[in-house]
Amino acid sequence: MHASDDGPHGHHHEHDHSELSDTALRVRALESVLVEKGYVEPDALDAIIETYETRIGPRNGARVVAKAWADPAFRDGLRRDATAAIASLGFGGRQGEHMVAVENTPEEHNLVVCTLCSCYPWPVLGLPPVWYKSAAYRSRAVIDPRGVLADFGVTLPEGTRLRVWDSTAEIRYLVLPMRPAGTEGWSEEALADLVTRDSMIGTGLARAPGGVAA
Amino acid sequence: MNGAQDLGGMMGFGPVTPEPEELRFHAEWEKRALAITLATGAMGVWNIDTMRHTRESLPPAEYLSSSYYEIWTKALANQLLADGLVSREELRDGQAEAPARPVPRVLHAGEVARTLAAGTQYARPAEAPAAFAVGAAVRTRVFHPAHHTRLPRYARGKQGVVEAVRGVFVFPDTNAHRQGEHPQWLYTVRFTGPELWGEGADPSLSVSIDAWESYLEAA
Repeated sequence: MHASDDGPHGHHHEHDHSELSDTALRVRALESVLVEKGYVEPDALDAIIETYETRIGPRNGARVVAKAWADPAFRDGLRRDATAAIASLGFGGRQGEHMVAVENTPEEHNLVVCTLCSCYPWPVLGLPPVWYKSAAYRSRAVIDPRGVLADFGVTLPEGTRLRVWDSTAEIRYLVLPMRPAGTEGWSEEALADLVTRDSMIGTGLARAPGGVAA
Repeated sequence: MNGAQDLGGMMGFGPVTPEPEELRFHAEWEKRALAITLATGAMGVWNIDTMRHTRESLPPAEYLSSSYYEIWTKALANQLLADGLVSREELRDGQAEAPARPVPRVLHAGEVARTLAAGTQYARPAEAPAAFAVGAAVRTRVFHPAHHTRLPRYARGKQGVVEAVRGVFVFPDTNAHRQGEHPQWLYTVRFTGPELWGEGADPSLSVSIDAWESYLEAA
């Protein structure tokens, strides 16, 4: 567990702890000034937070992947024009304006990174996890992606090529993981439960029906 | 600019630490940082490239020792100061001292869903044919501009293949500095592992970047 920003029982050293509190205070001061000057509205801030806490997250992407597994026509559309295919399920907008879906195969595994900042397909995956924005991931994904996969407990079969997509522009990439064996005839809802966030970034694989990574 | 943001290929940051996908925020202040960053962005005073440049302009030691939401909030404060929307004293005290400056727009609560769902389109109509086609051999240029650019250092001066022609997009190198959008063709260019990393590199690795046309020359 991570310490809360100003709770007294965090796991951090005193130094880290006080820095976190400083940040919390600085953000509070910043927000107060912005509200007082009328640049931002408190209700709008709450609406933004509510959106990303409850409505926009990786279950959206899981629905896209499950449909692509179950519906070959949708999958073809997703590969041809991902923005339109994803919009047909009701997802789109900020940080997903220009989507591209890349498909894992037994021959090639895809991995997405943004080495320069934190570009990430928000409408389908939500806000990026801390590790995606970390120096450790951004530095190593392009030079040692197999080492990064090992950090996630993923070992690709020998001979699988690794393809890394560095999101340096406004194109946002969604990885279409391989459908686990033994899921023939499953509903889209059941399939979606096998789709992890990490499998749509490429740092993971879809879960096998038994619950472990395929 | 060759700032601390340009991390591709650096070493020594340690392992990547996975986390459960249910975890959205690590502290309450991160929610507020997200919200004020998006709401102030919606004012229309700066664009996405301006803010990226402000973030990468943090001193490298500070950038690398800050969490990403800290980078966001430090850069937001710097951007607000640079645009004269707040003063240092106001940021220190958390209290307004001078009247607000007029801004193009204030995001209202009722507009949030629509604004997030609309996003911002960065594609522009083509006014000239693309210089490169799928399959073309290209080489990325070697430059080290002090201004914003989206060509990472590890991919400068490297030979690759155009894998996709994405359309015409706003050019961040000028847009970041409010020098106009100057849209250019954008390409996905794929490089082999050995081309990027040389001796000992994994031959089964390939890496692509999305590169604007002026980053490229025929190879």
